[in-house]
Amino acid sequence: MSSAVLVLVETDAHRVTETSLETLTFARDLVKRRDGAQSHALLVGPVDADLRATALSQLADQGVDVVHVAQHDGLSAYSAASWATAVVAAAAASSAAVVLAPGTPRGSEIMAHVAARLDTAMAANVVAVGEVDPLVVSRQVMGGAVLELMRLTGRPAVLTVAGHAVEPASADHSTQPEVNELQMDLLETDLLGRVVRVEASELDDTAALTGARVVIGAGRGAGSANGFDGLLELTRLLGGALGVSRVVTGLGWRPHHEQVGQTGTRITPDIYIACGISGAIQHWAGCQGAKTILAINTDRDAPMVTRAHYAVIGDLHEIVPAVNEELQRRMG
Amino acid sequence: MVNVMVCIKRVPETSGQILLSDDAQSIDARHVGYTLSSHEECAVELAIQIAKATDGESTVLTVGSQDAVEQVRNALAVGCSAAVLVEADPAAYGPADVAQAIAQVVRAREAAGTSYDVILVGNDAADTGDFQVGVRLAYALGRPVLTGISTVEMSGDTAIAKGKGPEGTEVFEIPLPVVIAIQEGGIEPRYPSIPGRMKAKRIPIDTVSSPIEPAGTGRVRLELPPAQPSVVEVLGEGPEAAPAVVELLYRLGVVTK
Repeated sequence: MSSAVLVLVETDAHRVTETSLETLTFARDLVKRRDGAQSHALLVGPVDADLRATALSQLADQGVDVVHVAQHDGLSAYSAASWATAVVAAAAASSAAVVLAPGTPRGSEIMAHVAARLDTAMAANVVAVGEVDPLVVSRQVMGGAVLELMRLTGRPAVLTVAGHAVEPASADHSTQPEVNELQMDLLETDLLGRVVRVEASELDDTAALTGARVVIGAGRGAGSANGFDGLLELTRLLGGALGVSRVVTGLGWRPHHEQVGQTGTRITPDIYIACGISGAIQHWAGCQGAKTILAINTDRDAPMVTRAHYAVIGDLHEIVPAVNEELQRRMG
Repeated sequence: MVNVMVCIKRVPETSGQILLSDDAQSIDARHVGYTLSSHEECAVELAIQIAKATDGESTVLTVGSQDAVEQVRNALAVGCSAAVLVEADPAAYGPADVAQAIAQVVRAREAAGTSYDVILVGNDAADTGDFQVGVRLAYALGRPVLTGISTVEMSGDTAIAKGKGPEGTEVFEIPLPVVIAIQEGGIEPRYPSIPGRMKAKRIPIDTVSSPIEPAGTGRVRLELPPAQPSVVEVLGEGPEAAPAVVELLYRLGVVTK
């Protein structure tokens, strides 16, 4: 029997998300290594004609053979259980041997439902595949500071793929995916955990941090809640976002939505300027996706400094104002 | 009255350098110590607040060795009113096993007349990061579940829960009994006082042996990522380095003006 590798694809209002493209790229390697396997993808929820056309063309570029589309009145508002019902239906329709989703909060949540329903093991935050049969994966534990080799003997195996595990890339040969309008029944219980409304508030004001090209980081070295003036000025001058360590939010100096780390936001800027941050694992888990790291720290041996690309040794309260002044001079 | 159970896990501290055991099956945390995941610190605080607001009980539960009594006592010291230790070798328990073990204890207690309207867990453990114990527990008990939740308030037989979504704060209204996985960010955990610690010492910890045969974790071994040699280029010391910093920002294309 031929088998399939199925990817739950997330979209924003216009297109397939970057993390989903990473997951599709990751899955393609698995398809190649499983002889005769087919590549399947699943789109769930309110998908309008424009989004559908764009997504299908992106999935063709990813070399997907079959696209399952789950549309249902009950999918108008998100609930993990109803999304999981769609995934389980697509897994059955495709006889999937492996089911993958991006390691986003929703991807992780939906896959946990899928694994519980199918009574199979789930590996979260996978970064690589070791052996294909039986499947052995390498996944991030301890906030990414340690890798676990994990064997998954159940079928289908359920995985989430860690952000930045691979660079998203097009397939060698694009495809013309077959589209399967997925038939599914939702139960009343699937809808109990649905989103009843979305509010804008400070609690979730992390979009700026997630998408920022420049992030100015601040840690214990800021010294107090009043120690952020220079850092905020630098943030403004560079059009970036301020991100802080857990110490800073724990002490109440800055709000939690600015926290970068394992239990905060994971950032992927072009440059991360980490000021007065020692670089504990908790923090490193959130900032390791930065292309370039510049550390400003009094301690030459701090992990943040030794693992950075560039460093300036000294007190941030002397260095940051000098950088601001120099920037203003050159920017005119 | 809402009875709350909060499930916690003893995990190695993640602030220090990480060492593996000789057989690469576990983290050697002898020199860094143990703690609770920060998500679970928030879950403990929420459990206490919900129980207090509704005149209910807040029971802390862990699946682990006797060593985990340290973390259980801390939860009692900040205000949990009862405690259960499900004695088991945590290394042999995968997330599905932990969920089954908790579910069996909950069912046994419900059969004996004590029910838990709200069961709180951490969203993901700081060590194994499995992201699934709460969901599996909910399925084992036939209850609805929410994950990634930062605040919870009770409104009669409904929990009003809020968490961060892709487009803003998502609000859920979910009927009890329910399982909720808590994420740091909406609530400030309190720290134990001395009287709190004294009181905690007098609360008995109900120790039960694990009622299940674990299926295991699937762990082959742990590995430390290859050590990256330091490639740091020191641009200078003190404020005199400012021009070099700005030059770098221009070179990287971060400043274009």
